[in-house]
Amino acid sequence: MGAIFTPVVLVVVIGLILSVILTIASKVFFVPVDETVTKLVEELPGANCGACGFAGCNDYAEAMAADHSLSTSMCPVGGAAVAAKLAEVLGVEAGSAEKKVAVVHCNGNCDARGSILELQGITTCEGAKQFYGGVSACSHGCLGFGDCEAVCDFDAIHVCNGVAVVDREKCVSCGKCEKVCPNDVITIAPEKNKVIVQCKSTEKAKDTMKACKNGCIGCGKCVKVCKFEAIKVENNVAFIDPELCKNCGLCAKECPVGAINNMRAKRKPAAPKEAAEA
Amino acid sequence: MVKFLMILLSVILVNNCILAQFLGICPFLGVSKKLDSAVGMGVAVTFVMVLATAVTWPVQNLLNSFGIGYLQTVVFILVIASLVQLVEMLLKKFIPSLHKALGVYLPLITTNCAVLGVTINNIDYGYTYAESLVNALGTGLGFLLAMIIFSGMRSKLEGNTAIPKAFQGVPIVLVSASILSLAFMGFSGLVTL
Repeated sequence: MGAIFTPVVLVVVIGLILSVILTIASKVFFVPVDETVTKLVEELPGANCGACGFAGCNDYAEAMAADHSLSTSMCPVGGAAVAAKLAEVLGVEAGSAEKKVAVVHCNGNCDARGSILELQGITTCEGAKQFYGGVSACSHGCLGFGDCEAVCDFDAIHVCNGVAVVDREKCVSCGKCEKVCPNDVITIAPEKNKVIVQCKSTEKAKDTMKACKNGCIGCGKCVKVCKFEAIKVENNVAFIDPELCKNCGLCAKECPVGAINNMRAKRKPAAPKEAAEA
Repeated sequence: MVKFLMILLSVILVNNCILAQFLGICPFLGVSKKLDSAVGMGVAVTFVMVLATAVTWPVQNLLNSFGIGYLQTVVFILVIASLVQLVEMLLKKFIPSLHKALGVYLPLITTNCAVLGVTINNIDYGYTYAESLVNALGTGLGFLLAMIIFSGMRSKLEGNTAIPKAFQGVPIVLVSASILSLAFMGFSGLVTL
């Protein structure tokens, strides 16, 4: 009897002592959790995408609770609605959150650009880039294997006809696609800028033309037509200053190739310039 | 003093807890993707190992005095799990910065076999209290070393397209882990206790 009794009693006693210690400790060393943090976390979208610059929704909430002067509009996913709610919880005034979207600086779809090889096996952009810089004749543009599509949590970017296209309605500008793109074709830009340069090729005009029909050849027609001095041509590629651009769209009409496009006109970004005008 | 150094060297290089004793493979494969999380896990394991040894060594004596030393495993798991919980509470209250740094990893090691292994080894090798603590520290440092080396290797494996498709992901990680283990076999016979 003792052979069973002693060990059972001893283990039970040890377990009891430990549980009592833990219970007391949890009361004595109780750390009150800030209620505002809990409320803030509830208001945040909970996507934990990190677009605000913090390690997740929880971190952002803690930072806001600790420092009330911190902007409540840093969450691009929630936008102005969430910013207002966060401000309400904190009892401060909401700053205005400028909506941003991902912008693909390439219009080199399958119709426009040449192919240099048939690639089999590797189906990621990163892998394709290591292999002669991808299928496309242009080594600066979209690789078209959809690493961005795979990483997007919001179903907002898709590869259409060999080039990534952003759904500007669905995009929350979390920046994951920007990070994953091996050719840095994608940037995060203010949503109000509708006219964008869809080319990154810094090659000379002749080489760009050879590689892609939609590539910017740096002709400078857009610079001349712009009334707001918002466009510059640097390194053989046009650049639109987002501060100065008024979205008039003259440059998009003037562009002899398909490099500048007006997103407001609902023109299919995948279509070549000639087809869209006809 | 020489004995302490020998124990440290032996347990870090020769009897490395992951690469020679095959304890704690789970965090070794799971948390070694990034260097900073590997270091966090390694430091947390070292910390808990030393603490657990400090507590379980006297507990073993208590068990022995009742003549029920065979309950070692059950009681050690019980004690270590409660200890880690208690430590987490204490850290949260008094050293929030350390709690934040170790945060995620502390609950993960509550019932880690590497921690249990080192406490049982201490008893099996018949170490004194001081020797046990040194052994626990060394095992933790060996764990940290293996984690750091392996996270470096994995950073080369991630996104490497030269790996055949059949080996991508977990298989290549296991293969490289075994090669690293083979490399550590070169240390065998370096120290005899």
